[in-house]
Amino acid sequence: MAGGILLALVVLVALLAPLLAPYDPAQVHFATPFQKPGTVGFLLGTDDLGRDIFSRLVFGIRSSLEVGVLAVLLSVVIGTPLGLLAGYWRWLDAIISRLNDVTLAFPFLIIAVGLVAISGPSLGNAAVAIGIAHIPAMIRIIRGETLRIKESDFVIGARTMDASGGRIIFQHILPNTASALIVQATVIMPAAVIGEAVLSFLGLGIQPPAPSLGIMLSDAQQYLFRSPTAAIVPGLGIAAICLAFNLFGDALRDAMDPAATSRKK
Amino acid sequence: MIRYLSTRLWHSAITLVLASVVIFIGIRQLPGDPAIAMAGEEASPEQLDAIRSKLGLDQPLPVQYFAFVGRLLQGDLGKSTRTGTPVTDLLAGTLPVTLWLAAYAIVVAVVAGVLLGVVAERYRGRWPEWLSNGFALIGLSVPSFWLGLLAILYLAVNLGWFPASGYVDVGTNPVRGLYYLTLPALILGTGLAAVILRQTRASMIETMSTDYVRTARAKGLGGGRILFRYGLRNSLIVVVTIVGLQLGGLISGAVVTERIFALPGFGKLTLDSVFTRDYPVIQAVVLVITVGYILINLAVDILYSVINPRIRVGSN
Repeated sequence: MAGGILLALVVLVALLAPLLAPYDPAQVHFATPFQKPGTVGFLLGTDDLGRDIFSRLVFGIRSSLEVGVLAVLLSVVIGTPLGLLAGYWRWLDAIISRLNDVTLAFPFLIIAVGLVAISGPSLGNAAVAIGIAHIPAMIRIIRGETLRIKESDFVIGARTMDASGGRIIFQHILPNTASALIVQATVIMPAAVIGEAVLSFLGLGIQPPAPSLGIMLSDAQQYLFRSPTAAIVPGLGIAAICLAFNLFGDALRDAMDPAATSRKK
Repeated sequence: MIRYLSTRLWHSAITLVLASVVIFIGIRQLPGDPAIAMAGEEASPEQLDAIRSKLGLDQPLPVQYFAFVGRLLQGDLGKSTRTGTPVTDLLAGTLPVTLWLAAYAIVVAVVAGVLLGVVAERYRGRWPEWLSNGFALIGLSVPSFWLGLLAILYLAVNLGWFPASGYVDVGTNPVRGLYYLTLPALILGTGLAAVILRQTRASMIETMSTDYVRTARAKGLGGGRILFRYGLRNSLIVVVTIVGLQLGGLISGAVVTERIFALPGFGKLTLDSVFTRDYPVIQAVVLVITVGYILINLAVDILYSVINPRIRVGSN
């Protein structure tokens, strides 16, 4: 419940960012750098260039969610079909599992390093690196679901009716993997949000002056002692997003798996 | 056991080969023509061709691939295009820093995670469990590098307990070296500790409600004995798996931690090489991490099968 409310809040902030933010997040006010939080006109104060921290926070949350959604989409679009194929046909399973091992051999930061070396840092590349890193887990989960659903009576029934493999996969198995897929999406989202912050913090993700919570943190490190709020605010933003998805995901998992709930009590 | 090991080794070998192909293809995708980079923009087509044939770039791709693997197997990683230093020297200088940091962080994470996990199980429904669960949720939700910034601000600068940055070689001065690494290791270990905590707690709850623990209790075995012999022993399997699964995250985390605490490690080498487009170093960094990661995972799997006999027996 708390997770759902927090999640709704975070999503609303991201969607309504242009309405909520009093300033353009990149707009500098050279006359008023390092304003304290609560200053008139600057709710959370300003940074070294006099940029409004609240506006940057709001737009930063928006960028975080953008990267998260793109990463989830990528891992779903690639992971789901491969998981279905691996689960349904055993001979494909061996090939897909080996490809999975190869992907797993590259930690996400290394994928990001490679992408940045090839085509430069950007929001898109950050999302692709994070998305690729989560494909193996997606494949494994969908594969596991497929293996389980494949043995259920309705699939066996469909097979005796001479339904083709493709038809069984799309009509009978795919819709039943939806809940596992949604739960996994709530796992990827917070990881992607932290991943984006890490990449942007290191200069491998979103590029300034575009707003990002990671860039805010890396800027704030330069003047950490002069203005701790500039470092505290973006961190709280990231934590709020992750907490929202973690709590919501936990609740969703419990709701979809009654056994887990009863065991917990 | 032998059958399990040979399958596992075989899979790792395939992964290594495929990963090297991916890296080889990745290097071809890097922008810029190496021949132009060596000869300069004004070089004539004949000069460029000469350099290409000297570098073997006019050979068919499979031949180039085997030449690439051959050089790697001889330990030839090339030279940094920026400083001219052999890449192997750069690795030798930076890897120990990161390995000490990672090892320290793993120790911190395992001790804290297992301890808090056991506490959460022992005191279910009471305040120590809430405390432990709260720590887990924060550890999972709060980015460690942000914690790092706060730790520098409050623990290092305001309270003065730890140095805010800097590195002393652990090999030459272990006490000072570890002292300098303490704050970075705590920060890097937090996320891992949270994951270990959750899994330890879940596995302890499961083990403690099994029939054999009930039997042991009925036999009159003491609580401590049951905890160590049955509870923790089973949790150990989970912990080993988690550490193996989380290694990728740990490597990424180490890069960030090194950046925050200005440690002269492998992460710094990685970032410097990307920002200066030092391709031989980028290639080496990716190779070292990938190969290291595959080998460590192999080691984890073997260790796993040693601890848990069911895997050895039931492998097919």
